[in-house]
Amino acid sequence: MFSEMFLKLWDNGLILKGIWETIYMTALSSVIAYVIGLPLGVILNITDKDGINPIYWLNRILGLVVNFFRSIPFIILMVAMLPVAKLIVGESLGNRAMIVMLVIAASPYVARMVESSLKEVNAGVIEAAQSMGTNNFQIVRKVLLPEAKPSLITGAVISMVTILGYSAMAATIGGTGLGQIAISYGHQRFNPDVTWCCVFLTVIIVQIIQEAGMRIAHETDKRVRGSKH
Amino acid sequence: MIELKSLGKTYHASDKEIVALEDINLTIRDGEIYGIIGLSGAGKSTLVRCINLLERPTSGQVLIDGKDILALSREKLLKLRQSIGMIFQGFNLLEQRSVLQNVTFPLEVSGVKSTEARARARELLELVGLSDRAGSYPSQLSGGQKQRVAIARALATNPKYLLCDEATSALDPNTTRSILELLSQINRSLGVTIVIITHEMKVIDQICDRVAVLDHSRIVEEGRVSEVFTSPVSEIAKELILPANRKQEISGGGRRVRLTFHSEYAGEPVLSRMVLDCQCPVNILYADTKELDGKTYGQMMIELPPGERDAEKIMVWLKNSLIDWQEEV
Repeated sequence: MFSEMFLKLWDNGLILKGIWETIYMTALSSVIAYVIGLPLGVILNITDKDGINPIYWLNRILGLVVNFFRSIPFIILMVAMLPVAKLIVGESLGNRAMIVMLVIAASPYVARMVESSLKEVNAGVIEAAQSMGTNNFQIVRKVLLPEAKPSLITGAVISMVTILGYSAMAATIGGTGLGQIAISYGHQRFNPDVTWCCVFLTVIIVQIIQEAGMRIAHETDKRVRGSKH
Repeated sequence: MIELKSLGKTYHASDKEIVALEDINLTIRDGEIYGIIGLSGAGKSTLVRCINLLERPTSGQVLIDGKDILALSREKLLKLRQSIGMIFQGFNLLEQRSVLQNVTFPLEVSGVKSTEARARARELLELVGLSDRAGSYPSQLSGGQKQRVAIARALATNPKYLLCDEATSALDPNTTRSILELLSQINRSLGVTIVIITHEMKVIDQICDRVAVLDHSRIVEEGRVSEVFTSPVSEIAKELILPANRKQEISGGGRRVRLTFHSEYAGEPVLSRMVLDCQCPVNILYADTKELDGKTYGQMMIELPPGERDAEKIMVWLKNSLIDWQEEV
């Protein structure tokens, strides 16, 4: 039923290793992308003309930079950023280099996700906070981020799934994980069962991220009438 | 004391200028409940936001306790805002925080220790009658309860002033009454000066001491509520006391006269006497009584009989009576 290749990969533990590498790359890239993208999204939101601290030029420049990176297809961005990866982690091959690429591609995406989540916060609530003498830093920390939390979590789920997809593409230039197994053992060596196995595993990982994330978003949202508290 | 001196606010929108406020002069004395009434678009919300500088006026002065607050540094302004509470039409509670945490919010912001803040918040929830809902979240409360939480939150830092921006406009009549009672009680027991922005006359006559009528960016009338109510001078004040749609609905096309009764006449059958004396009928279009400052005032709109001679007879009778009256044009 299974091809020889599949059994060999399974016995060698390569498939398990692939699962682990995919999860590890996605998780680490997501964390770093949020370390960069979250503050960037906050700045984009507050410096907007309707934000709490409008700074036209800064908003414009950041917006342009973010749009620039977002408009390049990941597969091209990856190739173009190889020298940058080499500069940062000292190599242009392997998972560390791939994480650099993923972070470069995902941070602007995350920034826009965060920006739009923060935009959903009721302007009246921000105004009420201002009427109480809250400074802008406190508004970000105590109003914008906490009030947008459910939406931020939902956004994080979407971002992670996107990053997972990118991580599979990174296999084309030397990344590892399920994407690499699918391409080099499945596609290039004509073992469709290996490819389908990778597809199946990827779907399961995405489902887990999606379900868990949405549950957390729902459980922590206090806007649900009556039920839990 | 809050003083607004020749205050103006102009918005610049692309190539045209929009005047929101023009030459506003107001003095709000300590301890009073001051109402600002106007139709929507009159500039009320902008006006109240000029008091705590959520909107910066483009001309004039805002003096609070004699100090020009337009000259304050950002830091001092934030400090000042902690002494001016504000509540809103949309309540504007933090949805992700419990009732108690909403009330402690301004205290956290001003650096009060959390145990102290929680104790103070409980006191305030007691004051607004919501002690049992401390652990609830805003989405679990009714509109009236949300506004009570907002009031508790606005009072947390012991402000001297409380600004209310259409605070009861989203509430039903019964809830409106209970919120206004609460505000009035806060004014009496804590001595908080209250500024109320509204488009509803009933809010003004239930709790305000003085009122300013705002129309097209300007104050067209100002004074004690009883004065403005009994002898409105501006068209807009008349309109607010007796809304136009009802005027049209009830108008039969004849000459109309507005009568105002003070409590002294309450025991006299004025209208019957007029009809008997003149021997001609009148049509009552609208009548209403209100309690203002503990006195009863009545308003009545009558339509004179169609015949010129009969109408004149009644006008003469009115001129010789002691009733306040005014022909509507």
